[in-house]
Amino acid sequence: MSINQNANTGALPNFRNLGILLRILVIVDGICLAAALLETSEPLALMEVLVGMSAQVQPILLLSLLLLAAANDLLQRLDYRRAVALLVAIEFCTATAMYFLGHHLFDAAGALERYWLFTLLITGVLIGYFDLRGRALSPALTEARLQALQARIRPHFLFNSINAVLSLMRQDPRRAEQVMEDLAEMFRVLMADNRQLTPFSQEIELAKQYLNIEQLRLGDRLRVEWDVVDFPGDALIPPLVLQPLLENAVYHGIEPRVEPGVVAISLRCERDRVRVVLRNPYRPDSEHHVGNRMALANIRERLALHFDSEASIKMVAGNDTYEVQIVMPYVTGRA
Amino acid sequence: MSDMPPLRVLIVDDEAPARNRLRDLIGDCALKMQLEIAGEAANGRQALDLLSTCNADVVLLDIRMPEIDGIEVAQHLQKLEKPPAVIFTTAYDAYALKAFEVHAVDYLLKPIRVARLLDALSRARAVAPVGAEVLHELRREARSHLSVNERGRIHLIPLAEVLFLKAELKYVTVRTAAREFLLEESLARLEQEFLGRFVRIHRNCLVAKEAIRGFERGVAIDADGDGEGGWSVVLNHVAEKLPVSRRQQHIVREFGRIL
Repeated sequence: MSINQNANTGALPNFRNLGILLRILVIVDGICLAAALLETSEPLALMEVLVGMSAQVQPILLLSLLLLAAANDLLQRLDYRRAVALLVAIEFCTATAMYFLGHHLFDAAGALERYWLFTLLITGVLIGYFDLRGRALSPALTEARLQALQARIRPHFLFNSINAVLSLMRQDPRRAEQVMEDLAEMFRVLMADNRQLTPFSQEIELAKQYLNIEQLRLGDRLRVEWDVVDFPGDALIPPLVLQPLLENAVYHGIEPRVEPGVVAISLRCERDRVRVVLRNPYRPDSEHHVGNRMALANIRERLALHFDSEASIKMVAGNDTYEVQIVMPYVTGRA
Repeated sequence: MSDMPPLRVLIVDDEAPARNRLRDLIGDCALKMQLEIAGEAANGRQALDLLSTCNADVVLLDIRMPEIDGIEVAQHLQKLEKPPAVIFTTAYDAYALKAFEVHAVDYLLKPIRVARLLDALSRARAVAPVGAEVLHELRREARSHLSVNERGRIHLIPLAEVLFLKAELKYVTVRTAAREFLLEESLARLEQEFLGRFVRIHRNCLVAKEAIRGFERGVAIDADGDGEGGWSVVLNHVAEKLPVSRRQQHIVREFGRIL
């Protein structure tokens, strides 16, 4: 599955996403309200006009949403122009069908041309809106890639890791090789085009490579606890969600401590939701998290971009632990 | 060159691989100059403990370490009779590096090159020590500990344990629940550094806010007769009471904990 909006070509939104559906409902009903307000502003009459309008608009709207959700895969696969043409065609058919079904029930239904015009207008407004929204959000994606290279991996981590590899060269060349391999793999992922969703198993692999390297540097000070039960590795998630959070956990939770600390990762699948919880020790008094907030804002943005309101990320700072909780819809590559 | 005693180097880094690497490199340098490893420490506290006994001429000091970071270690080790030369090591620290350049403080970037290390070590004896002012500039945050030199050893006092600071003629007395220490620093500077932790109750006295149990009508009377009829501070953990000067009476109302 590709991302909802694409910078260069434009793309239709994912009509199976609740957030997108909600946006469409709100916008259409908003337009209806505005139209009703133009006719009258007297409350009782307004209600009457609105009810009359709803009776005509809502059936078309709801049927359209159903059809679009059904045709979503096809719409995503077509190039933008054809997808838009198909969408407009679907809308025309829906409007026409509803006109012939409905005009027996309401004598005030008016001419078929009126239905067409109204449908065309609203469809146009919505396509325009989602196009603009896509454009507004896509710089965030480019930004996200840049940040993957700059802030994601702290320079501090890169140089310390290279230093750790150098320290192994003489005593333990085999281990040095292995760490270099892990580093190379990590950077391959970091420098890839990270706009597509990736399987969770790949993200876990990356997280393990990262933690291996940190383990080498920090030794006993870093303890990692994985808690994974029946977790679907094929769940698709935006890339680089786990690793930056782990990096924060190590940087803010483990490195400032002399005593050993635990970074705990829990992965769960609850029906159609994927739940990720990361926990690390933390001192409330320590000056915290400028870099952290940046990474979190970036991840939140990308989650919103891919999953709209169906995904959430939450931070809970306890007395001595800091927790990040992410909930995402369980999506797989299989259509 | 041969008549000089070997240069004794202390390695301080919280990451074991980094210490190993430095040990290897010092081994390489030892082929070109007289060198000896005086010891290794994994954190600031260990380093300060070792320094008082190991007679190091140079410390290779990692900046980012837990609890007491490298720059704070450098601040404390000034209390030694013969402080060693300091060479900071760091993987990446944009702010500190700029400051190092400005103040010509010696530093090595990790991964460290053997030639750079050799260069820094051979200059170490001649380089002027980093001044307290410069260290303060490098690290604007307050120290996590106070330190005093007791019979050649650096004693660290965690700030959380300090109940009050009282200026005497030349010294500042540091009072903890267990005992007293004499500190050679100015009360005004301490007040500035630890803004928010202490409250000034008298021209010569700063009290830790957390240590204040409450206030009592004048019992304690100091040399100036200041406490008379006024208020004094009752502390947690110790029986001593401290007079609040007339000028500072307003803090009694601000705290409101009247006993």
